[in-house]
Amino acid sequence: MKFSDEFEARFAEMVPHYPTKRSALVPTLLYAQDEVGFLSDEVIAEIASRLDLTELEVRNVISYYSMLTTKPRGKFNVQVCTNISCMVRGGEDILHHCAKKLGIGHKQTTPDGLFTLEEVECIGACSWAPAAQVNYDFHENLTTEKMDRILDEYKKKATQ
Amino acid sequence: MPAGLRLLRECEGETPSRQPAGRRRDKSRLLNMADVTLTVDGKKVTAPAGTLLIEACKTVGIEVPSFCYYPNLSLQGACRMCLVKVEKMPKLQTACTTVVGEGMVVITDSDEIKQARKSMLEMLLGNHPLDCPVCDAGGECELQDMTFSYGAAESKFMEAKNHKEEQQWSPVVFFDRPRCILCYRCVRVCGEGMDVWALGVQNRGVSSLIAPNKEDHLECEECGMCIDICPVGALTSGAYRYKTRPWEMKHVGTVCTHCGDGCKTTLGVRRSDTGMEIVRGDNRDKSGTNGDFLCIKGRYAFDFANHEERLTQPLIRKNGKLTPATWEETFALVGKKFAEVRDKDGGSAIGVIGSTRTTNEEAYLLSKFARVVLKTNNVDHHRTADFPALSAALRGKPDATASMADVYNAPAILLIGNDPTEQHPLLAWQIRNNVRLHRARLYLLNSQPIKLRRQATSFTQIPAGTEGKVASFLSGDDAAANALASPSTNRDAWTALRDKLHEEKNLIIIFGAEIRGNDIASLIAFGSALEGAKFICLADYANSRGAADMGLYPDLLPGYHPTAGGSDFHQEWAIPPTAGLDLPGMVEAGKSGKLKALYVVGSNPIGRLNIDPFACSKSFVVVQDMFLTETAVIADVVLPAANAYEKSGTMTNTCGDVQLVKKAGEISGTKADFEMIVRIADAMGFDVRKLVPFGGGTHADMGQSRGAQSGEADRHAVWLEMQGLEPKLTPLDPMAILDEIQRLVPGYDVSRVNLLAGNIEHTSLTKSGPGAAQKPESISPAHDGLFTSGTLGRYSRTLKSVMESHEVKPAEVAAD
Amino acid sequence: MCNLVIGKLKIKTGVPVFNYSITKLANFPIPMADLVSHPDEVRVVSRRFGQGAANLDRYLELDGYKAVQKALAMEPDSIINEVKNSGLRGRGGAGFSTGMKWSFVPKQSAKPKYVLCNGDESEPGTCKDRLIFEHDPHSVIEGVMIGALAVGAKSGYIYIRGEYRYLLEIMQKAIRDAYAKGFIGKNIFGSGRDLDIYWHGGAGAYEVGEESALMESLEGKRGIPRIRPPFPAVVGLWGGPTVINNAETLANVPHIILGGADWFAKLGTPKNGGTRLFCLSGNIAKPGVYELPMGYNLKRMLYEVGGGIPNGRKLKAVVPGGASCPCLTAEEVDVAMDFDSVAKAGSMLGSGGVVVVDDAQCIVKFALRTMKFYQHESCGWCIPCREGTDWIKKTLMRFHAGGGMKKDIDNIQYLAENMLGRTFCPLGDAAAMPTIAFVKKFRKEFEEHLDGRPCPYEKAGAEELVHA
Repeated sequence: MKFSDEFEARFAEMVPHYPTKRSALVPTLLYAQDEVGFLSDEVIAEIASRLDLTELEVRNVISYYSMLTTKPRGKFNVQVCTNISCMVRGGEDILHHCAKKLGIGHKQTTPDGLFTLEEVECIGACSWAPAAQVNYDFHENLTTEKMDRILDEYKKKATQ
Repeated sequence: MPAGLRLLRECEGETPSRQPAGRRRDKSRLLNMADVTLTVDGKKVTAPAGTLLIEACKTVGIEVPSFCYYPNLSLQGACRMCLVKVEKMPKLQTACTTVVGEGMVVITDSDEIKQARKSMLEMLLGNHPLDCPVCDAGGECELQDMTFSYGAAESKFMEAKNHKEEQQWSPVVFFDRPRCILCYRCVRVCGEGMDVWALGVQNRGVSSLIAPNKEDHLECEECGMCIDICPVGALTSGAYRYKTRPWEMKHVGTVCTHCGDGCKTTLGVRRSDTGMEIVRGDNRDKSGTNGDFLCIKGRYAFDFANHEERLTQPLIRKNGKLTPATWEETFALVGKKFAEVRDKDGGSAIGVIGSTRTTNEEAYLLSKFARVVLKTNNVDHHRTADFPALSAALRGKPDATASMADVYNAPAILLIGNDPTEQHPLLAWQIRNNVRLHRARLYLLNSQPIKLRRQATSFTQIPAGTEGKVASFLSGDDAAANALASPSTNRDAWTALRDKLHEEKNLIIIFGAEIRGNDIASLIAFGSALEGAKFICLADYANSRGAADMGLYPDLLPGYHPTAGGSDFHQEWAIPPTAGLDLPGMVEAGKSGKLKALYVVGSNPIGRLNIDPFACSKSFVVVQDMFLTETAVIADVVLPAANAYEKSGTMTNTCGDVQLVKKAGEISGTKADFEMIVRIADAMGFDVRKLVPFGGGTHADMGQSRGAQSGEADRHAVWLEMQGLEPKLTPLDPMAILDEIQRLVPGYDVSRVNLLAGNIEHTSLTKSGPGAAQKPESISPAHDGLFTSGTLGRYSRTLKSVMESHEVKPAEVAAD
Repeated sequence: MCNLVIGKLKIKTGVPVFNYSITKLANFPIPMADLVSHPDEVRVVSRRFGQGAANLDRYLELDGYKAVQKALAMEPDSIINEVKNSGLRGRGGAGFSTGMKWSFVPKQSAKPKYVLCNGDESEPGTCKDRLIFEHDPHSVIEGVMIGALAVGAKSGYIYIRGEYRYLLEIMQKAIRDAYAKGFIGKNIFGSGRDLDIYWHGGAGAYEVGEESALMESLEGKRGIPRIRPPFPAVVGLWGGPTVINNAETLANVPHIILGGADWFAKLGTPKNGGTRLFCLSGNIAKPGVYELPMGYNLKRMLYEVGGGIPNGRKLKAVVPGGASCPCLTAEEVDVAMDFDSVAKAGSMLGSGGVVVVDDAQCIVKFALRTMKFYQHESCGWCIPCREGTDWIKKTLMRFHAGGGMKKDIDNIQYLAENMLGRTFCPLGDAAAMPTIAFVKKFRKEFEEHLDGRPCPYEKAGAEELVHA
């Protein structure tokens, strides 16, 4: 299967960093997922063959890491942290606000395919809680109003 | 792996392993290690340095419980059941990962440890369904046993248990996640033991589960090792599940009837309408060389026994149709016809085809019956290896054959031809695990990139048909290198390989049917120059070796003695003076009308050896078989035979290891081949005492007992049996023939006690007869793989059901 | 004002004469919104925060890559001794002496040696490495390099958690820049020595923060910890001896080399050298990451540095070092924040994540959220952690929802105590320890949940927020 030139450049740069091929597996999977949206059977087969692994081994690894998914997700993955630092500052309110606004629950995707909502564990934004990540972007010191603006911003971005 | 010679890749831990370095164990390091002394529960324990604490405890009878620890598999430390107190260590330590140390003081039984074990079980049972009453493993479940020994009676758990639907991964493998305790034994035995790597661990935490290689199903060797090694009922067998309770079965340890490796299989048998039904095969008691290894055939392919097409009454061709008849009528007819032909046209008008799956006693009896009763040397069988050549070449050489057990311990192995993974699964297991656990060096020469190349120190791919040239080259014929040299393996590489082999001590040289006749002589000439080299010649079926040893040849008697004369047999048997016809010869004689009668015992030459079904249309054909095979349908008389699981006796595997075959049960309406041969002889008016030396033995107490009081009689009977002195009361007792075999067949004078105890006794060819040169084309390898087994395999639904039997897929790559 | 001495870098041979001083920064210029400051701060690791030091030229202006040059002129053993004498202890949580750790690496090894920087920061309450990677990535690179010189490694890996993608990119750029200048790669600083540094990204797994699981992850496998012994210092990455240090630990190393072990040791308390990045979070007026000397009083940290508990609330509990540390009650917070003092107080200094809980919060719910985290992050390898976390979580869920029974309280404690010290890796302990503390210290609050009464802290009409 075909990946972007950017992916290929990254892959080519990464593999020689390690004494064993499979060491590049985890970052490679994440980069592939960024590009395809999820780790499809085709992606798994391709990466397995590139790194001399069985598909089973690749699946074993994928299923271990919480950022990796074999199921399609929305364009924007809204990951709201509700771990302790965020929880005591209203992280759950943010999560529920998102759920209400988007009309979806944990790990569900809006019908337009724009948003997936996910309750996540600590994302390392504790001193700026409550916090969320949309894809890789951090959004911190959240309030429900701020979250509204953020989600609207992403929606606008998608429709532009 | 590229074709060609990868010479001298020493296995410095480079064998494919998915386990991190910390979990790998190299048992070879334990050899030559100094002993250390430690104290366990106040007892002094001495063990070689490097021994695991859990194993050291075993040696003094201290049980440290565990689920995930399994001898010879990588260490996990996962189940935490083996926690023990090691002095000076703040936390409890896992005995399965702790190596013994000098002066170590260990406590395995304290309140703290009891509590640790109890809580592990409580936590396990939290999510474990308590469906023991309907669980296949109920009654033989390690979790039950552990809970009984170390657990608590009360349950603190009141939440809903995590549930996941049961999955069927293949016709023979079912997985029930809720029952799984994640000991990872299945994953390891599949990967490390089988080198299949079809199982993995997916997800994490409490959602962790064992996953098959094809997402929702398995594509593998279907060996079922994962099921047998499962301590609970998480992995269950499609062949056995929900059929019975373990305590309702009779467990009979016997020998697998399929390939020539001679695995012990313990059959679970229960009563059924037809007499008996085998419902399970395993070898959990690890009797036999195979330990707990069995392939799909040994584990599941017993189901032919209850196939509905099984013949259960004699058939006589009447008005062109095979019609049911009584045993009396049938034996009378066969006896009359055979006697008529013998008396009118002479014994040479009768042909006899023996079996590669009957017992040694039956093969011997048939060989004797042909010579002595039918007065013919027209005897043959489906040959898949050139044992007469092996015997001739090894004659006079002591300890020149290797046993199956030797393969696991040899420092080096040379394998030419064959694909043991497919054709000799136990041999492949022995080789693989010897390489993995003892770092044995494996030299492979094969025309195909066979799977064992992954374990090989050196793999050389050679053109098909040049295996014999390899033998010549190794034995010093440098000219043969011209035929072998290729761009990937030049002459120098060949010479280097030979030099390397010359340095090996105690090398086991294993070869397939590709090497026959003079090539065997060359190979043995080469091996005999090495210190301690031993040989294994690979033949295809459960008693192919026995058929050969017992003289199912037109020119050879039991023990490879020529029919021409010069053996003990000539003193006792009246043997026709000239060599008889081999199978092709009999076919020709049939076509020309010279062969008036043909007696086929447990063989299907028409179905398996491409023989014209009309070749014998002028002959009186008698077939003994379980099914109406291609050969049976053209017969005049068909006798319904019992199979190897329904009779007693001995069998010899391809290495020459003889083992006791035990009768697991019987199907009403069948008879063992042994009995049928005797009854035909009887119907021919032959004095069966001269065929089967029954009535011998002794009733005298031989000073062993003072009378039949209070158990003395029992003890006496056991003693007599152990000496082979128990009275054989009927001509149908195979032990009477075994007496004769042990007396007359060279190399079979093995310990009767050991045989009866279920052990393996290695026979020797040192004192065999001189043999006779056989035509190379008389060898017809069966090419049975993991999912076929000659005619028998066609009647095993399990073998036919697995998808791997329908498609041949290349093996997946091994990863680092 | 900032009076950092900014030396002129000389990239020739030898170490330039160099005047190094550490100053309390009263009015530190803060260009970034997320940086905070307090007069009590002692800036060592954070001295370049907000200075644009991710840019290599700027980093060089701020004394960058001087320490590694100095280290190049030192014997490996003297580097190790310097670090040992500095009293630097692992900032990832365990607090093991860094110099000791380095000294365990065998001098001779048939297999290559490695230095691995643990930037898989995932401990709830901890967000310090993030700032280091963002503001001062080269200091981590330099720390890895000095570590490599000390133990004789030729390669170093910087593992950054997958969620920190932007930091991974900052690090990639930093590494590439350093290669471009010839600071890493072949013949570094003309010393004739080769040293490669690589970046590596994770993909979401708390367990991978455990050092042996980190190696498994870096090797492209599931993050299951390894059996020890052998320890990573002897058999680590790809079988070679490996030093694994937290990012903050390594970022301290260049400062130790330049400032000297004595200076560093004196910043903190005996056996607890240097400073610490404390991540104040939760119910606190001025949350943020503050660099304070080791042994700084927690009470003062909360009320002086953090500005106290907002909204007129009172302090109920503090988790002093990330979610795995047993909480301290309001009465227990008068404690010096160094490894030994906090241990004496019955908790752990951990990873520096100080999570403040006010009296409006429900401890049962806090315990539940903590356990939900460990249940989610347990790798599942061993029975007590896999089953224990799930069982306690389920019980706490029911308990908090009003279905609790008195014996549940004992049962939760029983389960946690039976996990403690018996799991395959420290994650089980990390789940058990805070749970035991919650039950022991707040038993009354658990009892208030009994008999079907709704959670007394739950706002009326609030939904059950914790997902299964």
